[in-house]
Amino acid sequence: MRLINQKVSRPAGFLLAAIPFAIVIIAYVSASGARLAVNPSDKLLPSFASMAEAFWRMATQPDRRSGSLLLWADTAASLARLALGIGISALLALLLGVPIGLIPKIRGLLNAFIATFSLIPPITVLPILFIAVGLGEASKIALIIIGTAPVMTRAIALAVSELPVELLVKAQTLGASTWQIILRVVLPQIWPKLVVAIRLGLVPAWIFLISAEAIASTEGLGYRIFLVRRYLAMDVILPYVAWITLIAFLLDRALMLSSRRFFRWAHLGGGGL
Amino acid sequence: MFRKSLLKFLPAAFAATLLLSAPAAEAAPKKDFKVCWSIYVGWMPWGEIQNSGLMKKWADKYGINVDIVQINDYIESINQYTAGEFDGCSMTNMDALSIPSGGGVDTTALIIGDYSNGNDGIVLKGAKALADIKGQTVNLVELSVSHYLLVRGLDGIGLSEKDITVVNTSDADMVAAYSTPDVTAVVTWNPLLSEIAGMPESYKVFDSSQTPGEIIDIMMVNTEVLKDNPDFGKALVGAWYEMMAIMSKSDSAGMDMRTAMAKASGTNLAGYDSQLASTAMFYTPAEAVAFTKDPKLITTMEFVRQFLFEKGILGEGAPSVDFVGIEFPGGKTLGDTANIKLRFDPAYMEMAAAGKL
Repeated sequence: MRLINQKVSRPAGFLLAAIPFAIVIIAYVSASGARLAVNPSDKLLPSFASMAEAFWRMATQPDRRSGSLLLWADTAASLARLALGIGISALLALLLGVPIGLIPKIRGLLNAFIATFSLIPPITVLPILFIAVGLGEASKIALIIIGTAPVMTRAIALAVSELPVELLVKAQTLGASTWQIILRVVLPQIWPKLVVAIRLGLVPAWIFLISAEAIASTEGLGYRIFLVRRYLAMDVILPYVAWITLIAFLLDRALMLSSRRFFRWAHLGGGGL
Repeated sequence: MFRKSLLKFLPAAFAATLLLSAPAAEAAPKKDFKVCWSIYVGWMPWGEIQNSGLMKKWADKYGINVDIVQINDYIESINQYTAGEFDGCSMTNMDALSIPSGGGVDTTALIIGDYSNGNDGIVLKGAKALADIKGQTVNLVELSVSHYLLVRGLDGIGLSEKDITVVNTSDADMVAAYSTPDVTAVVTWNPLLSEIAGMPESYKVFDSSQTPGEIIDIMMVNTEVLKDNPDFGKALVGAWYEMMAIMSKSDSAGMDMRTAMAKASGTNLAGYDSQLASTAMFYTPAEAVAFTKDPKLITTMEFVRQFLFEKGILGEGAPSVDFVGIEFPGGKTLGDTANIKLRFDPAYMEMAAAGKL
């Protein structure tokens, strides 16, 4: 049988998926063990035990300096920034993307501009951002918005322009105005696409969140990682990276599942990632 | 099918393991050595020692090879040294204690190059006294020598870190950050310091010349490597003091050398000379030896280790301030004598002072 026709059973699929993870873990444990054998206080590749201990300390013991539980304070600060940034981006994507996708004159006005704007690497305009909105929370959220809104807007505009033209014609023969078409034809169909846009936008959003926190802040997941990097505390950094990955994964799954639940009609094709 | 895939993956796992295990600095006689440095007024000579062939001259004399590598990011250079990629690296006394020594890498101060004598400072916008800092938000690179200087400055006027809010700010963005209206106080180092202090309504209210000799710039080397390869230490020290003799003169050779260093650090001769003016360079080995043997160094390291411990930098898990031992000339120590990881040993500088290299 050809390779492309060999199906994988559920348990075998699970094992297959576990292989790359197992390889990375085995490679890490052996490399870490080798370094720790030479120098028991090696900081570069700490053992799983010391990482678990550091993570537990960050999560349950008040910090010597600030008295707060660092992991939760950092997570709350970062998630608040992420939610605000991605929320505003989603709103912009909707407000701009729908007219761009539907109305030729607005597409003519904005399409080229947004396409150009989306190509600016956001980090390079950071000094301008500082001067425009200051060094506080606003600049971090603005960085996330600049990094994600253009791409999400284009995704929505594309989805709108790909709506079956029959639907629009049919609505018009029934006498719908442009405004009514937006409300009754376009928007209901665009919600699941917005969820997809948010899921895709979250990837760069995390990157910009972490970079923004590295530049000037007093708390946050990215702040902590860049702070303890100053003394090579990999026993804190690696669990934080795993924690960020876990949160990002759960957010993505939650968005996908809620889209399946609320917009079942959009997932009739089955599968999907 | 599963077994087959596993077998196929095994070599890949092996390769990944090899990749991950960066070589720990080897403790055995060897011929090839690598040291690293990053841009800072007191370390610019290392670049010219390599470029001018001085390093090759001294390495050849002892029959070894020494490669001097510039790393763009200061902390990254220390991390690389700590990971075992380099046999030596230029860093401050404070970062040496917290990163390599705190990380179990036994490290020796081979060459005490200089101390900051005004190169680090606190700048306030629209206020002329350090006491005005009370209640302000202060932007600085947290846990760096700037942070240490701030704590020392606050100590001196009866304030503590609780009286202010520290905002961790990357040094790369310090100047841009300072030009925004909501940033009113920064602690930073040269050349950023002179740029920021030169802006309108800005006053340098405290600098490292008020706590002289506490922020020390040192060529740190791996103790094991040095013990097994004394020639490595001799070659580095020999090359360094020959360069010191050249660059400290005001003749044309000295000016040329300093101009090259100025260019490499992105300024001109006048700019570099003004940075040197706020740096107390030890141009002769005798001065550096005297500084190392001065009991004041022990007091300084006591301040430094207390600062590091209070900030949790000696490793969050460090049970006490004595966790890492520090050794000074004459057998004096601080901290755990069974875990000495930082050594101030003037032996090689003394050889240079006595002309025995």
